[in-house]
Amino acid sequence: MDTLPAKLALARTVGLAARASGRGGGTSLPGRLLLRLDARALQRLASQLSQGRYVISATNGKTTTAAIAASVLERAGRQLVRNTAGANMAGGIASTLLAATRADGTLSGDCGLFEVDEFWLDSVSGQLRPDALVLGNLFRDQLDRYGELESIAARWTALVRDLDQATALVLNADDPLVADLGRDRDAAIYFGVEDDRLALPERQHASDATHCRRCGHAYVYDAVYLGHLGHYSCPGCGWQRPVPVLQARQVTLDGTSTASFTLVYGREQRPVRLKLPGLYNVYNALAAAALCVRAGVELDTIADGLESATAAFGRAETIELDGLAVQILLVKNPAGTNAILQTLALETGALDLLAILNDNIADGRDVSWIWDADFEPLVPHVRHVVCAGRRAAELALRFKYAGLARDRLTVEPELSRALDIAAGQAHGRLFALPTYTALIELRAELGRRGAASPYWSDGA
Amino acid sequence: MSEPERLRVCALYPDLMNIYADRGNLLMLRHRCQWRGMGFELTGAGIGEPIDADGADIYYMGGGQDRDQELCAADLVAHKLEALRSAAARGAIVLGVCGGYQLLGHDYQLGGRVLPGIGLLDVRTVRSEGARLTGNVAIEVDLPHAHERVLAGFENHGGRTQLGERASPLGRVLRGHGNNGSDGYEGARQGTVIGTYLHGPLLPKNSWFADWLISSALGGLALDPLDDELEEMAHAAARVAAGL
Repeated sequence: MDTLPAKLALARTVGLAARASGRGGGTSLPGRLLLRLDARALQRLASQLSQGRYVISATNGKTTTAAIAASVLERAGRQLVRNTAGANMAGGIASTLLAATRADGTLSGDCGLFEVDEFWLDSVSGQLRPDALVLGNLFRDQLDRYGELESIAARWTALVRDLDQATALVLNADDPLVADLGRDRDAAIYFGVEDDRLALPERQHASDATHCRRCGHAYVYDAVYLGHLGHYSCPGCGWQRPVPVLQARQVTLDGTSTASFTLVYGREQRPVRLKLPGLYNVYNALAAAALCVRAGVELDTIADGLESATAAFGRAETIELDGLAVQILLVKNPAGTNAILQTLALETGALDLLAILNDNIADGRDVSWIWDADFEPLVPHVRHVVCAGRRAAELALRFKYAGLARDRLTVEPELSRALDIAAGQAHGRLFALPTYTALIELRAELGRRGAASPYWSDGA
Repeated sequence: MSEPERLRVCALYPDLMNIYADRGNLLMLRHRCQWRGMGFELTGAGIGEPIDADGADIYYMGGGQDRDQELCAADLVAHKLEALRSAAARGAIVLGVCGGYQLLGHDYQLGGRVLPGIGLLDVRTVRSEGARLTGNVAIEVDLPHAHERVLAGFENHGGRTQLGERASPLGRVLRGHGNNGSDGYEGARQGTVIGTYLHGPLLPKNSWFADWLISSALGGLALDPLDDELEEMAHAAARVAAGL
């Protein structure tokens, strides 16, 4: 006898109890319980998703890529079941599927869209059996949580080796660590940027993947766009960046508000104007577009969906606080922070910042990464920074050693007071740069002030 | 008038041995010299590049991923061993952090393989099957002419390091794991050669130690005080994070 319905009911009850206890936000408890009751629950539930199952992973951009893909897939008429950023490990995904299950055991959607933590990808994707697996990038992340980049790259290599041939690999051609995964596979779908005007003078400081994964020779770059993303080749074994079938050309970056580019797919092209800023979001949009191509969506629908996509939770979203525009830009590792600092430096006028550094487990307890991020180019654009959070002083120190004058720095660890100071000083707009748990706290604080809703009611 | 003092730092493998934001350590040394009107000169030596035994006052080596550390271990022995030995013998500071510390010892056993070290420190390291030693850490040190006694940082290492007779521990563990998680000691010191697992990075969390290194490397030079309000707050926060 199949006992899955009973297990679902039990796990659901626990979830309701947890929510009622006021713990809130992204709880993975019911999902974890469900997986304890039935180790194959993910597979059994996900197999009902007849219009496709899509999995996205990357160090940076998972949540935004999923949000953009959702904008397209919903436009194409798919009924989505998708998880949130706070629920991107096995338990969270099981919770998502559980929440989408009706009383009769059928799912309320027909298409699964899941962002998956890069460390959980192998176990989770084996169960979800995706139609496409989108791998965006691999950067140095929180080392105390994830270990070395190489160990994730090795896990992904093993994952790809064992991947079902029915799963299409969608890879970033510009990230050599990611592109290399498609080397022994016939039908990988590559996306990438083709615009030499964007090339940086040199690789950014915390760039990884300097040496070829196959032969150990140092890569040679014709163009570097972001971290170690760019156009590269290996003189040792002759490996070249694959020519992407989906490309962004004529990229124009407009401060922290928009980015536009020409989306090229084979012989077709469409102009796209994103409501999201920065080159990193152009990459996210390309990844989402490649996923949707694989899902059989028309190029016109894809372009429309890209244009209507809005910022995901804490990813360049703007919240109004008593007439002050507060734009929130999550920072969590050197490459992601560099992308955001680069984008902020495109803004005209002096910037007021509220930078919040926590060292809770979800942030990474090791805050050394702030010294790997390039704060230096931002400093000339800064009017004032209020540093907050559990490691506020060290963040202030990072700004100081990047060249920011002491009188432009305020240290106030306590978030509510820091927000008061920052809002009081800001000239019409404030950029908030929180780490992950600081983002949750900031959204809650803005909510208390009537400016934002608590994040678990944020939808998907 | 005499020439202004100048600190010369040589970073070993800055492109490979930099995983724990080792740049932060170099930034501290640079700015704390420059704010005092002192000169600062940074050179780097990568794979295959020789180093000048008289060319620097501080030789610095950070941590790297396993694969990079392996490349550097072979290169250290092949191209840099003699120069580093004679630099240490003339009293230059050689500072290794995390992976850099391991390579300053005799060797590092990783499963069936043994990475050679350069033996400037009488220590040996063995990769343990057990969990990595990870977390905030604080140690008590007793360094000549230093007024401060606590270093705080973050450690994250799979290797367990044991000291031989000729090396002294850098400090006693107050909070955290230290060299091997069992004997209560952290780091190693042998003359002017220093190794430690404290990154995070080390010097931004312990500006007094940055100054101690600068002063010691320049023959006990007295340093002008700086406005260290933020530095002291960051140090205090790192101590609190370690549970002190």
